[in-house]
Amino acid sequence: MKKNDVILQTVTNVVAFMIILFSLQVFFSGHYHPGGGFIGGLMTSGAIVLLLLAYDIKTVASIIPIDYKILIGIGLFFAVGTGAGSLFFNVPFLTHAFNHFDLPLLGETSLHTAVLFDTGVYLVVIGVTMTIIQTIGESE
Amino acid sequence: MSLLHLAIIAPFLMAIFIPFLYKGFRRIHTGWFVLIVPILLFSYFLHFIPIVKGNETVTKTIRWIPSLNIELTAFVDGLGLLFALLITGIGSLVVLYSIFYLSKKKEQLHNFYVYLLLFMGAMLGVVLSDNLISLYMFWEFTSISSFLLIGYWYQRDGSRYGAQKSMLITVFGGLAMLGGFLLLYIMGGTFSIRELIGMADVLMSKSLFVPAMLLILLGAFTKSAQFPFHIWLPDAMEAPTPVSAYLHSATMVKAGLYLVARMSPIFAEHALWLWLVGSFGIFTMTWGSFNAVKQTDLKGILAFSTVSQLGLIMSLLGVGAAALHYKNMDENLFIVATVAAIFHLINHATFKGSLFMVVGIIDHETGTRDIRKLGGLMGLMPITFTIALIGSFSMAGLPPFNGFLSKEMFFTGMVRVLDMDFFSLDTWGILFPVLAWVGSIFTFLYSMVLFFKTFSGRLQQEKLERKPHEAPFGMLLPPIILASLVVIFGFFPNILTYNIIEPAVGAILPSLLKPGEHFVGHISFWHGFTVELFMTIGVITGGTLLYITYPKWKKVYTIIPEKLTLNSMYDRGLYWAETGSYQLTRTYMTGFIRTYLVYIFIFFIGITGVTLYVKDAFKLDTSNVAPIGSYEVVLALIVLAGSATILLAKSRLTSIIALGAIGYTVSLFFVLFRAPDLALTQLVIETVSVALFLLAFYHLPPLNRHERSVGFKLSNALISLGVGLIVTLVAISAHSNKLFDSIAKYYIENTHDKAGGENMVNVILVDFRGFDTMFEICVLGIAALGIYGMVKLRLTQGGKADEKK
Repeated sequence: MKKNDVILQTVTNVVAFMIILFSLQVFFSGHYHPGGGFIGGLMTSGAIVLLLLAYDIKTVASIIPIDYKILIGIGLFFAVGTGAGSLFFNVPFLTHAFNHFDLPLLGETSLHTAVLFDTGVYLVVIGVTMTIIQTIGESE
Repeated sequence: MSLLHLAIIAPFLMAIFIPFLYKGFRRIHTGWFVLIVPILLFSYFLHFIPIVKGNETVTKTIRWIPSLNIELTAFVDGLGLLFALLITGIGSLVVLYSIFYLSKKKEQLHNFYVYLLLFMGAMLGVVLSDNLISLYMFWEFTSISSFLLIGYWYQRDGSRYGAQKSMLITVFGGLAMLGGFLLLYIMGGTFSIRELIGMADVLMSKSLFVPAMLLILLGAFTKSAQFPFHIWLPDAMEAPTPVSAYLHSATMVKAGLYLVARMSPIFAEHALWLWLVGSFGIFTMTWGSFNAVKQTDLKGILAFSTVSQLGLIMSLLGVGAAALHYKNMDENLFIVATVAAIFHLINHATFKGSLFMVVGIIDHETGTRDIRKLGGLMGLMPITFTIALIGSFSMAGLPPFNGFLSKEMFFTGMVRVLDMDFFSLDTWGILFPVLAWVGSIFTFLYSMVLFFKTFSGRLQQEKLERKPHEAPFGMLLPPIILASLVVIFGFFPNILTYNIIEPAVGAILPSLLKPGEHFVGHISFWHGFTVELFMTIGVITGGTLLYITYPKWKKVYTIIPEKLTLNSMYDRGLYWAETGSYQLTRTYMTGFIRTYLVYIFIFFIGITGVTLYVKDAFKLDTSNVAPIGSYEVVLALIVLAGSATILLAKSRLTSIIALGAIGYTVSLFFVLFRAPDLALTQLVIETVSVALFLLAFYHLPPLNRHERSVGFKLSNALISLGVGLIVTLVAISAHSNKLFDSIAKYYIENTHDKAGGENMVNVILVDFRGFDTMFEICVLGIAALGIYGMVKLRLTQGGKADEKK
């Protein structure tokens, strides 16, 4: 069924990386600009979906050999773990902390535990979207 | 986070590492790593003994959900410490025993030890929590981990059946208990047990007091296998023997006793408490011991014996509540019941634990647990024989073992009931000593059956699977330790008296303990020619007679027809619940999503529409509406055109594309109204979902004729019009009815200060409403796994799972 879509594939090769980079940008700037884990995750999965359309499921699975079901688990672990971590400091569950740090190369940066939580969201979203799409796409 | 909290969660932390240790060190039995945890914890808890001895308590608090008064409060007093020591002490021995019992080649050890550690941590949490909600959480953890442990050999039908039974019954009780806790919270305004104890007098006058008591007792009775909920415990014997020794004799089933003891200061002054706890307990004791005699499986005997002994302790806790009616210490004769309860609790853990291990050894070395096949093991297994002798004679209540001492105190407690002149105990109270005596006769009887049928008589080698010989030393060591404790506590009971028993009793009867005073006199063997001694002599004579004449009266057990037993009632109840709900579900589950959508939408129209009408909530207010520009009109027209295309389209592909067009238009609306976050999300979601639609589209069946019929289209049209109308009405009314100030201001003010962010939408998602997000992604994950399961795991016609490779 698959035809050799040269144009689509060539464009995808370039565009997919741009989308992923942009999704990372969106993800990390979430606290200050539009974005965050949810959109970032969706966008990354959008890029993978584009790859799926241009190539096929087997090829993409060999390029990105990730079990997305496990990704869901890792994401949930991040999210719940960040929440539970606050218990170690005797503050209520899911209390976030932030502070400003002077990092090498990046200069003054504010670091939030919320980003860890958001990483969980990011991973879960990718995992969920890709699990669903891949299962439905694979089934005959 | 204090060291005490760390101690409670240590088993959970260890459980995380078990799978890695199991995979990484295949040559070492995983149990050796696990063993470290209970031993360390046991020595840690030992250092609390001098603290609680001085009637002091230790409290450490972690704030969990302060807005709901939910905390993780670790609280150590005499009662909690006693249980913590039992859990970690017996736990160490059981883990040691399991190392030799479970073969490292054949068994899934990592599963076993993860479950066991989860259980250990949960149990510690139960007995060391002061907050009712965290207590409940740990309580259900014990139910779940014991479910996993009972079903450990999940290939067997019996294991699955037993696991399900115990889960259904204990979780049912646990939910009832949660209800009781919430009622207590409604009455007292706090989840802290100590604070509730402080206001016990106030609580007693409230109307919810009795319902709360009944619900909490339901939880305690189901967990502690009291009649009629005891039926799960014998089936739980499908678990590996170390589990039975640990959960079903020493710890988990005692959680119910713990709860009753813990709640005593709140409820005990009420007559109902004494009657319920006392009578259920004493009846369970007699019923359990009566039924133990007819068992032929060694573990079956021990299971019913555990039921019976739990009933014994329960009845003592109930009767001990009477002590609170006598404020004068010197004349308070009823405290002995509570002291006996605690003392027997310890003794039971020692002798029953060792007996379970002995049964495990016999099973392991002969291949059977059936007393009809066993016999004459005395000479072949001398050490096991000695342990069994100590354990079963202690269980029967014979001197010089610890069981004798606590059984004498039990008789004392029951006889004292006759002295009580309140709650109509002066008339019905006679039942307590009578049932106690009858129950003790049968206790004596089954202890002797257990012991003599196994070890004396003739060896029937032809019926055994393998040639019996003595067990390895590692398997013998834990029961030897427990049996020596039986003897030591028997000869020197007073090493426990002031260190362990008295602080525990003090926690159950706090109002009676004054500084410097002692509850407990010296416990000694010889207490003169008293009623108790004659009762014991009666027990031994009666028991021996019954043992000799057993073949003549064993028909008694067939009087109750099989249909009327509690077990068959449970089975039938389960059967009817399953078939009934299946029938009910089949009437409305057609298997078509469109049918379910119809239900959902009709309910939605009905409920929302009626509410709007009844509350007279519809209001059209145009005073505060933004001007409608040309862009919006154009976009609205596009949406309308898209919807019309979906309706009129002949092919699915057109519909999907039109739907995508609508989605993108909606995101343009977001752009217009300056919501870039939403616009971005909408755009990406639209893209992904169109791709998903196109993928799924390939698999959809062709449109059928049913969908083209006029009636079908008409009803669908009506429903969709109704939904559209209701949504529009709600939207307009919501805009026009401003009942509260907008919450937006709070976010505007606090986004920067409290969360250090600039993007309010994201800050709300991860900070202010992080819980929502967390559960949302959980739901997403479950949905994805559900879809994966549905697509990958198709059921064939025979109903057999057929996983596609």
